[in-house]
Amino acid sequence: MSGGWKVGVVTGTRTETPSARSITLDVPGWGGNLAGQHLDLRLTAEDGYQAVRSYSVASAGPGDTVELAVDRIDTGEVSPYLVDELLPGDQVELRGPLGGWFVWKPETSAPAVQLIAGGSGVVPLLAMARAHAASGSIADMRLLYSVRTPDDVFFRDELQRLGVDVTFVHTRRAPDGASRPAGRVTRELLAELVHPASVDPDVFVCGPTGFVESVATWLVDLGFRPERVKTERFGGL
Amino acid sequence: MAIVSRGFGSRRRESSPDLPPGQFLTTDFPVLSAGPTPDIDTDDWEFTIRTETGQAHTWSWEEFLALPAEDVSTDIHCVTRWSKLGTSWRGVSLDTLFEDVESSHDFVMAHSYGGYTTNVPLEDLLDGKAWIAYEFDGEPLEPEHGGPARLLVPHLYFWKSAKWVRGLVMQADDEPGFWEQNGYHLYGDPWREQRYW
Ligand SMILES: Cc1cc2nc3c(=O)[nH]c(=O)nc-3n(C[C@H](O)[C@H](O)[C@H](O)COP(=O)(O)OP(=O)(O)OC[C@H]3O[C@@H](n4cnc5c(N)ncnc54)[C@H](O)[C@@H]3O)c2cc1C
Repeated sequence: MSGGWKVGVVTGTRTETPSARSITLDVPGWGGNLAGQHLDLRLTAEDGYQAVRSYSVASAGPGDTVELAVDRIDTGEVSPYLVDELLPGDQVELRGPLGGWFVWKPETSAPAVQLIAGGSGVVPLLAMARAHAASGSIADMRLLYSVRTPDDVFFRDELQRLGVDVTFVHTRRAPDGASRPAGRVTRELLAELVHPASVDPDVFVCGPTGFVESVATWLVDLGFRPERVKTERFGGL
Repeated sequence: MAIVSRGFGSRRRESSPDLPPGQFLTTDFPVLSAGPTPDIDTDDWEFTIRTETGQAHTWSWEEFLALPAEDVSTDIHCVTRWSKLGTSWRGVSLDTLFEDVESSHDFVMAHSYGGYTTNVPLEDLLDGKAWIAYEFDGEPLEPEHGGPARLLVPHLYFWKSAKWVRGLVMQADDEPGFWEQNGYHLYGDPWREQRYW
């Protein structure tokens, strides 16, 4: 049940990449969320003007602590404020948790799980990797993570610690000594880097709309069952 | 009294009295779907209206295109908060499709290729309020926007305008569809901000 607007107090922020940061909030009455859900965040200006945007929740499980991670869209209205201006102690309004479909639950998981992220689309997938670790699930969870450069990885250290197998695709610049040159995800790369369709994995794809459209279409071409492929489109092209 | 965000509000989006509460204008056409975009060949496409007696009214793509079509100019409002004003569509009015359909049920479940469903009261589909649309901006409707054909019920949030629609099934009660079971509002009036239950 999403209920009404709740007040969240920023308790911490951390720079994740040159364009993104994570924000931790204390939200009395939040009461926890499933891995993969999102919330609506509302900002109000001094003259009463308001703007609302959706953000995935990076945290999962019970409790009133909510973690978000926001990438700055330079031409945007809300994300530059969240990335550059919000400070610990500031208050924002939140509504949620929202969405009951793009969620991973240990008790109903397929034995194999493939997460596929484009950019900030990693946020709800990190929640799934965290829930996987917290539940001690034995599902074979893998993450394919498309980023522009090695500097654009969100939650780098934690991803390494969580015990999920992570494969990066660097679209603009690959790290020194990388086995693949920089380049976008293609259908062929996808086939090579994800769980095969034959193991019938649960697949979660999240990121900019164009990325999700291409990846989800290729997955179906490659024989993944459409009903196993869940998508979350963040917007943009 | 709402919480005021220190220093927020310098880069506001254009607002307009034509916008329902909490919506902002976009010039792109964002996509909301829960899974992959299905690839539907118009040779295999069919549209069916099924009533409580089991009677089915079915149109093939050719039969469907032969029905009288209307040009529709309308505003659309997505639950993810974007709105587009004055969009142009071409499609067949549901008044035309329901002409020979007899049912005593007041509710409809729209079914789509790919398995999605959404529930709508019948009265929201009739009297010039809804279409099965197959062109957007004078071009065939793109698959990611619901092509070959989608339901168009512009006075409700846009998830009610089921993409890849394949049929309507009459139902006695307003049973929730896919989106509604996953947290979206049963009715979805943007002017009353009925986003979530
Ligand atoms: C369910 C859901 C979950 C989301 N979760 C996250 C999240 O965890 N982290 C995060 O950073 N964002 C997330 N987003 C995107 C977020 O809601 C905003 O769209 C984003 O922060 C831009 O808002 P803005 O006000 O800065 O830009 P706006 O002023 O709204 O838009 C400015 C321009 O940027 C374009 N644009 C909007 N979103 C994107 C995008 N994602 N990529 C590229 N271009 C875009 C718009 O089309 C517009 O032209 C999520 C979106 C949805 C629907």
